[in-house]
Amino acid sequence: MTTLQAKQVSKSGAHHGGIGHNDADDGFSDLHPPYSTLQAMAESNRCLYCYDAPCVTACPTSIDIPTFIRKISTGNPDGAAKTILSANIMGGTCARACPTEVLCEEACVRNVAEDTAVEIGSLQRFAVDHLMARDLPHPFKRAPETGKSIAVIGAGPAGLSCAHRAAMLGHNVTVFEAKAKPGGLNEYGLAAYKMTNDFAQREVEFLLGIGGIRIEYNKALGRDISIEALKDSYDAVFVGVGLGSTNNLGLKGEEFPGIDDAISFIEKLRQTEPKTDMPVGDKVIVIGGGNTAIDAAVQAKRLGAEEVTLVYRRGAEHMSATEFEQDLAKTNGVVVRYWAKPVAIKANGKLIGMEFEKTELDASGKLVGTGETFEVRADQILKAIGQKIKTDDLAGMEIAGGKIVVDENYQTTAPGVFAGGDCIKSGEDLTVQSVEDGKQAAIAIDAFLKSA
Amino acid sequence: MADLSCKIAGIDSLNPFWLASAPPTDKKYNVVRAFEAGWGGVVWKTLGIDPPVVNVSSRYGAHHDQNRRLLGINNIELISDRPLSVNLQEIRECRAEYPDHVIIGSMMAPIEERAWKDLAQQIAESGVHGIELNLGCPHGMCERGMGSAIGQVPEMVEQVTRWVKDAVDIPVFTKLTPNITNILWSAEAAYKGGADAVSLINTVNSIISVDIDQMVPEPMVDGKGTHGGYCGSAVKPIALNMVAEIARTPETKNLHISGIGGITTWKDAVEFMALGSNAVQVCTAAMIYGFRVVDDLIDGMSQWMDDKGYTSVEQFTRAAVPQVANWNELNMNFDTKAVINPDNCIECGRCHIACEDTSHQAITMTNKPEGGRLFEVVDEECVGCNLCYHICPVPDCITMEPVKTDKPPMTWPEHPLNPMRLAAE
Repeated sequence: MTTLQAKQVSKSGAHHGGIGHNDADDGFSDLHPPYSTLQAMAESNRCLYCYDAPCVTACPTSIDIPTFIRKISTGNPDGAAKTILSANIMGGTCARACPTEVLCEEACVRNVAEDTAVEIGSLQRFAVDHLMARDLPHPFKRAPETGKSIAVIGAGPAGLSCAHRAAMLGHNVTVFEAKAKPGGLNEYGLAAYKMTNDFAQREVEFLLGIGGIRIEYNKALGRDISIEALKDSYDAVFVGVGLGSTNNLGLKGEEFPGIDDAISFIEKLRQTEPKTDMPVGDKVIVIGGGNTAIDAAVQAKRLGAEEVTLVYRRGAEHMSATEFEQDLAKTNGVVVRYWAKPVAIKANGKLIGMEFEKTELDASGKLVGTGETFEVRADQILKAIGQKIKTDDLAGMEIAGGKIVVDENYQTTAPGVFAGGDCIKSGEDLTVQSVEDGKQAAIAIDAFLKSA
Repeated sequence: MADLSCKIAGIDSLNPFWLASAPPTDKKYNVVRAFEAGWGGVVWKTLGIDPPVVNVSSRYGAHHDQNRRLLGINNIELISDRPLSVNLQEIRECRAEYPDHVIIGSMMAPIEERAWKDLAQQIAESGVHGIELNLGCPHGMCERGMGSAIGQVPEMVEQVTRWVKDAVDIPVFTKLTPNITNILWSAEAAYKGGADAVSLINTVNSIISVDIDQMVPEPMVDGKGTHGGYCGSAVKPIALNMVAEIARTPETKNLHISGIGGITTWKDAVEFMALGSNAVQVCTAAMIYGFRVVDDLIDGMSQWMDDKGYTSVEQFTRAAVPQVANWNELNMNFDTKAVINPDNCIECGRCHIACEDTSHQAITMTNKPEGGRLFEVVDEECVGCNLCYHICPVPDCITMEPVKTDKPPMTWPEHPLNPMRLAAE
């Protein structure tokens, strides 16, 4: 067992605050606090209401951003929310968790002359939160019942988005979820300071308001259900299982207590209340260069770890974490070391650290070790070196490059079985891409059922 | 979603949003795009007697705020510069292809009976739902005895309206110019002439700006400029008053009103309808952003209606008219005072300086011991003018709170300090 302890964090700020961090809280309040009405009015009036706007093109779900911002500016935030949700039923999560700095906001024309994009994410949150705070009927109506039934595997963003759109098109949907709660990575995988106040659960509740969707919990693919059986009892099947497995370092002692996957660490943290009950090491190493690595490092720091060192085998410019996320790590006091790869786990009965070898690119551009090593002390090591698909129960559908192969209609090589989200290769592994996959797959399933 | 269908001058419309007679309704290409975007109807750009007019190049001037946002446009463009037959053919095609959408034919002619009647009949034969009489253009056409040259003479307004009413059997909208001293004179003239509705306002006569390097009014045409018609959100208050006057005056209140003047958002449209418009026309907002502005007009009005429990636009049409009063009917015993919420205050100091310099010295500014400044209302000095409330940049920071009083309502004619009342006693 790990010897990690929950830290007694004093309110005077013994842990380090970062951007948007308020010393009076536990370090897990909103990273970007919600807009006041004044902020929303001011920011919405910065939008130029562009035509065929680049921000819309940059959004994987093609939200009509200029239209929704105009509706905020004319005092119609609920109308704005409907514009958002009609394209992206998880617009509330995406407003919080999207890397807008590399999507809509990067494309904003305000960057050209002023170098400051309209804060589209914050405006989107303002509108969706405004609508969800009101006790109104679900904003979308279902088409007449088709009598067709669809099985959706996985209640994550892809599965729920597919279920919502399919229900809207008049089909009846049963969602099978392996865990005890819905939301997938929205509930278990996003950083706590991006998804405060149980938002993931409130969003699922809101989404289910459309009707025609039933969720069965604790039903895992391979254990409780099989694609073959679902194919027999449903008119179509959608697979939105995400990436169920993680990559290993391939080092001796990787099972040692104190060594964990970053996503498991975040999952535990997301389910712990209060957050200060979550055990964390004194000296923590995070290995990886993606947003999950940053999320784990920043949250470890906010939980009270004395030293957090993020080690990445290449340079800052190669990290898949956005510049904003990298800065977030630094302002939270995370030490970032580039060009080093783990070579050995150091333990003497308990975990004491890790040995790294410095790396560089050789003449051919290949990453190689330099032979020079150094050691970082640690009582906790979090691996964020990527996830991979669990192929065992995918009923022989074709896999390529670690992803389920689908055609342009999101159909797998198994007829009548569709897939979307992180388990297929459609774009970046982002919530917003999964929502788009689910929505488009539902439209494709609808066409498939009509032609059947 | 609330039902936005409406009826004006006997014409059913899918929604109350029409495009006004102007460049956006100049030809079939634009009109088709407008209908596809969701507009309920269009008033086709004003048709005249052939040969068509010839326009100059350089036609619009602009009034911007400091953020380069357009508050108003003025234009010196004339009526349609395409042959009448081309326009009428395109109207016929649009009517056939979009049978549920409203098309009104706008027209103007010199002050001759035959000219008005012949043109009105030709337009009516193209299948339009109604005819709008352009008696308003304050530039160019008026120098030829048309547009506002007719609209500024009530006798001519009545005459022209009657000629067209006699000539056709479809509804007639008389479009009024705001460039007059009293809108009721021309509205009443239109009513006497038999108009089914009035459309107002046409553009306000204006010079919008001067190029101070070349010393020429804009828009410049080869070193010279002329006055033009001003439109856009800046003219909305002028239009609202004129609409309300017509809706509340017994001699004109039976006229249907097609409200025009700077309508940019759904809320503007609601205000026009609450004050008497049965439907509205929009031009400048579409010229600034494209026909898609109708999205927010439709969605915003419908959302508001749902929130308020209105199920048809008739339920709020003219709902504010009974509350429009003469100054002499206002309650002199009503008292309201500014209240500043210090929690919302950003300490910009503008309420203080506005009140101190230009009003009643009723907002004090003091340094707080912990730093920062505190702004407080001196109730004894506050006359309830609303100035601070309007200039405060933070919504809901300054509110106006009515003071509780036991005094019964009292109008100025009843007021003890009114010398006219004393003289009457």
